[in-house]
Amino acid sequence: MAACPLVKNVLLLDSDGRRVAVKYYTDDWPTLAAKLAFEKSVFTKTQKTNARSEAEIIMFDNHIVVYKFIQDLHFYVTGGDDENELILATVLQGFFDAVGLLLRNNVDKRAALDNLDLILLCLDEIVDGGIVLETEASVIAGKVASNALDGSGSFSEQTISQALATAREHLARSLLK
Amino acid sequence: MAQPLVKKDDDRDDEVEYSPFLGIEKGLVLQEARAFHDPQLDARRCSQVITKLLYLLNQGETFTKIEATEVFFAVTKLFQSKDTGLRRMVYLIIKELSPSSDEVIIVTSSLMKDMNSKTDMYRANAIRVLCRITDGTLLTQIERYLKQAVVDKNPVVASAALVSGIHLLQTNPEIVKRWSNEVQEAVQSRAALVQFHALALLHQIRQNDRLAVSKLVTSLTKGAVRSPLAQCLLIRYTSQVIRETSNSQSGERPFFDFLESCLRHKAEMVIFEAARAITELSGVTNRELTPAITVLQLFLSSSKPVLRFAAVRTLNKVAMTHPLAVTNCNIDMESLISDQNRSIATLAITTLLKTGNESSVDRLMKQITNFMSDIADEFKIVVVEAIRSLCLKFPLKYRSLMNFLSNILREEGGFEYKKAIVDSIVILVRDIPDAKESGLIHLCEFIEDCEFTYLSTQILHFLGNEGPKTSDPTKFIRYIYNRVILENATVRAAAVSTLAKFGALVESLKPRIFVLLRRCLFDIDDEVRDRATLYLNTLGGDDSVGEIDNDVKEFLFGSLDVPLSNLEMSLQNYVPSEEPFDISSVPKEVKSQPLTEKKAPGKVPTGLGAPISNPTSTVDGYEKLLSSIPEFSSFGTLFKSSAPVELTEAETEYAVNVVKHIFDEHVVFQYNCTNTIPEQLLENVTVFVDASDAEEFSEVVSKPLRSLPYDSPGQTFVAFEKPAGVPAVGKFSNLLKFIVKEVDPATGETEDEGVEDEYQLEDLEIVAADYMLKVGVSNFRNAWESMDPDSERVDEYGLGARESLAEAVSAVITLLGMQPCEGTDAVPNNSRSHTCLLSGVFIGNVKVLVRLSFGIDGPKQVAMKLVVRSDDPAISDAIHEIVANG
Repeated sequence: MAACPLVKNVLLLDSDGRRVAVKYYTDDWPTLAAKLAFEKSVFTKTQKTNARSEAEIIMFDNHIVVYKFIQDLHFYVTGGDDENELILATVLQGFFDAVGLLLRNNVDKRAALDNLDLILLCLDEIVDGGIVLETEASVIAGKVASNALDGSGSFSEQTISQALATAREHLARSLLK
Repeated sequence: MAQPLVKKDDDRDDEVEYSPFLGIEKGLVLQEARAFHDPQLDARRCSQVITKLLYLLNQGETFTKIEATEVFFAVTKLFQSKDTGLRRMVYLIIKELSPSSDEVIIVTSSLMKDMNSKTDMYRANAIRVLCRITDGTLLTQIERYLKQAVVDKNPVVASAALVSGIHLLQTNPEIVKRWSNEVQEAVQSRAALVQFHALALLHQIRQNDRLAVSKLVTSLTKGAVRSPLAQCLLIRYTSQVIRETSNSQSGERPFFDFLESCLRHKAEMVIFEAARAITELSGVTNRELTPAITVLQLFLSSSKPVLRFAAVRTLNKVAMTHPLAVTNCNIDMESLISDQNRSIATLAITTLLKTGNESSVDRLMKQITNFMSDIADEFKIVVVEAIRSLCLKFPLKYRSLMNFLSNILREEGGFEYKKAIVDSIVILVRDIPDAKESGLIHLCEFIEDCEFTYLSTQILHFLGNEGPKTSDPTKFIRYIYNRVILENATVRAAAVSTLAKFGALVESLKPRIFVLLRRCLFDIDDEVRDRATLYLNTLGGDDSVGEIDNDVKEFLFGSLDVPLSNLEMSLQNYVPSEEPFDISSVPKEVKSQPLTEKKAPGKVPTGLGAPISNPTSTVDGYEKLLSSIPEFSSFGTLFKSSAPVELTEAETEYAVNVVKHIFDEHVVFQYNCTNTIPEQLLENVTVFVDASDAEEFSEVVSKPLRSLPYDSPGQTFVAFEKPAGVPAVGKFSNLLKFIVKEVDPATGETEDEGVEDEYQLEDLEIVAADYMLKVGVSNFRNAWESMDPDSERVDEYGLGARESLAEAVSAVITLLGMQPCEGTDAVPNNSRSHTCLLSGVFIGNVKVLVRLSFGIDGPKQVAMKLVVRSDDPAISDAIHEIVANG
C-alpha cells in the first residue's frame, strides 16, 4: 500500500481488438500468449461500452482498467486492484490527449500507424518501468515533438506512407533503367 | 455516436484495410537494417527502419539472439548521426533489444557522451537508457553523473535520474543510497513531477528506518507539496506512519488533521486518496469517518464514471465494517443501481445489501429484480452471494429473498450462476427451518427444467436427505419420479436413490415407492437397474412392511467409510477369482488429510461425487476420518471438532497443528504434522502428552504415525477419557517424538539407521467453548420465549478496562463459543451500550440461549449483564461459571 503508484500496462488497440501499440511494465503477463489473452478479454469486456466522452472503468481478475475510445482506437491503462483509480485515469487522459495533440486531432488507427514512431515515443515519455513520468498532455507531446521540430528527417513533415510511396517510385525507376 | 464510425469502417473495407505495415516481413526489415552501416547515413530512412523493427517487436515478433545482436551492433553506428529524431528512436530500440552486458559496453561511451550533452533531451534519455541496460560494475563509473543529474536544473533530466534511481534501488541499493542528500534537495524542487519522483525515491531509500520516514512525513505535511501525485504519496506514507504508531492509545490520532485537510485539496486524486486512507485507518471512529464519507458521497453523483466507481468501491469496503456509517449514502447509492457502468451498479447493489436494514429489504429486492436482467453472470453471482448473507442476517425476511432466488433461478443463466443460486437456496434451507418447505419446492421446480446434470443430481441428493423430514413428503415424489422418466442415465440413477431414501424414512409411502422402483427395473441403463434392484432388496420387498433396519439407513444415508482413492486402488489391484472383493480389506488410513484438499487452489468441485459446498463438510470429513480408526469407533458420535490450532511457529522444521474432537466421554486430539526438511524421513511419530494440568482427563489410546516423508502431511492421534457430559477443562503440554532417518534428496534413498529425537510443541488447552456448538436460531425472541423461564439465570459482571465495546463483545462471544444471532455481534461505532444475542448447543444436546447486555463508561470500563436460558438449569449455571472463570 505504501508504495509508489504503479501502472501495469498501457494498451492502444484498434476496433477489432488488435494491437496498435502496447507496453507492459510488470511480470503479471509473462508470455506473449498471456498478454494477448489479457488484451482479448479487456477488449471483449469493454467494446460494448460507450467510453467516448468520459473515461470508463472496469475491474476484473484483480486489475483495474480505465479506458477511453476515439474513432477506431481504444486506449487502456491497467493498474493493480488497490491502485488509486483516479491516478490511472490521469495517466490515461495524459496519453489520450497527448496522442490527440501529436496527431493534430486527427486521431484514428490510420493516423496512429502512420505516426507509430510518435506513439511509441509518447508511451516512452508517459511511464517508465511502471512509474508515472509525466501526466500533462502538452508536456508529453512537447517532449515527443521537440525531436520532430528541430530534426531534419521529421515524420511530421512526411508520413511513412508517403515515404514508402517515394521508395516505391525509386524502385520502379531503377527497374526501368 | 456509433453511426459515423460504422460508416467509416465500411469505407475502409473498400480499400482493403490500409496499414503502412501491410505485408511487413521480419527478414526484409532485417535486410533493410543494413542501411545503418551506410557511411552516408540517411537519417529519415534509418528512423523508418527502426519504426518497423519496433512495430514487429510490438506485435509480439521475437528476434533470435543472433538477429538481435546484429541489429544492436548496426544501431550503435547510428550514434554518428546528429539527427535528434533518429537519436530518440535509437534510444527506444536499444531499450527494447535489452542487450547483454558484453554488448552494453559498445554503447556505454556514446551514451555517457550524451549524458553530458548540452541538449536536455539527450541527457534525460541517455540516463534512462543507460540505467535500464547497465549492470552494477558500470554503475560506479556513471554514478557521479547521475548524482549531478538528480539536482539538474532541467526537470526532465532530474526526473529521469530519479526514476532510474527507483529502478536501480532494486538491484544496487548501496549505490543509490549514497544519493540521499541530492534526492532530499530534489524533494524541494519547484517542478511538480520532480518532487513526486524524489519523494518516491527518498521514501524507498529510507523505508526500513521508521524514524526517518516519520520525520520525513512530519516535515512535509507542514510544507506545501505541489504535485497532486506527490501529495498522494505523502498520504500513503502518512497512513503508514499512523499504522505503526497507533499503539499509543491516548487521545488524538497523529497526522489525522493532515489527512482531513487533504479532503479539501483541489485535485480529486488527492481527495480520494485521503478519503480512502481515512476509511482504512485501523479502529477508525465514526467522527473520523464522517468527513471522508461526505466527500465520497459527493463523488457518487459525479459525471465521471471513474470517480463514481472509486467512491462506490471504497464505500462498499467501509460497509463491511461500518455499515451504519454508509447509510447516509443510500439514496445516492440507489440511483447508481441503474448506472450504465455495470461494475458500478453491482458495487452499489452489494453495498446496499450490506447497509440495508430489515425494513428496506423488500424495496431493494424489487429494484434488484429489474437490474438483474441486464448484467453479466459474473456480477449476478456477486449479487446472489450478497443476498445469501443478507438472508442469514435477517432470517425473518426469508420469504421475499427466497422468492427472489427462485425467480432468478427460472431465468436464463450459465452453470456457475445457477450453481451459486442453488447453493444459496440449499444453505437457506439448511439454516432457516421455516424456509425448508418452500426452498425444497423451488428446487424441485428447478430440476423439472434443468440442463445441468451436476445440479440435478446434487439437488436430488439433497432432496433425499431433507424431503422425507418435511410435513408432507408425498408432494416431492412426483418431481423425483419425473426425473426417472425424462432425464439422462446419471440423473435417473440419482433419482432412484432419492426415491429409496423416501421409502426408507416414510413408512406410509413405502408400498408406493416400491411400485415406482419396480418400474425402474426395466430401465435401459445398467446403473439405474442395478440401483433399483439393490434398493428393492435392501428395503426388504413389500412383505416386510416393518421397522427398517438401522443398517439399511446407514447404508442409504451414511457416507462411505473408506477413502475413495484407496477403494479405487484396491479395486484396480483386485484379480478376478473365486474370492469376492472384500471391502473391509481396503485400507482406511487417509493418505492426505482433508485439510490439504481445502488448500488446493481449485475453485469449484466439478466431479459428480463432490459434495455441495456446505459449512459442515469439514466436520463430515473428520467424522469419516475418525470412524475409520477402529480404536475410536466405540466413542460414539462426534459432538464437535475445533478449528486447527497451530502448535508450531510458521516456517519451523516440523509444522504441527491440532484439531480437538469432542465426544461425550472422550476427547481426541488429531495432530496434523508436516515434515518440511527434504533430507529427513520421520518414522513412528507420536505426540507425548502431559496431562498433569488436566486432572479429569486420562489417556486411553495413542495412535502413532508410521512414517512422515517430506512435505506429505500425516496425522497422529491421542485419545483421552473424561467424565461423561461434563465440560472438563485443562491444559496439555505436547512433545513430538519420532525416529529420524537421513534421506538423500537427490536419489530419494533412505538410510537404514534412524536416531530417536523429540521436538517441543506449544501447549494446548481444552476450554469451555470446545463443548459448545454454534447453532443459530432463526427467531431469537420466539426461541427465547419458548424456553422454560425457570431455567433462567441472571448475573452481572465487570469486565474491567477494555479497548472498546466491540472488543469486549467479541471476547465474550469467543469465550462462550456460541453463534451470534440476528447480526448482534456487530457493534455500531461509538455506542455506549449494546445487546448481543447468542445461541448454541452444549454437550449433551442441551440448547442454550444467551442475552448479553453491555455497557461502557468513560474510562473504558465495561460492565455486562448475562441472562441464560437453557433446556437444563444446571447448564445455565455452567454458562455463568464459564464467564465467571473466564
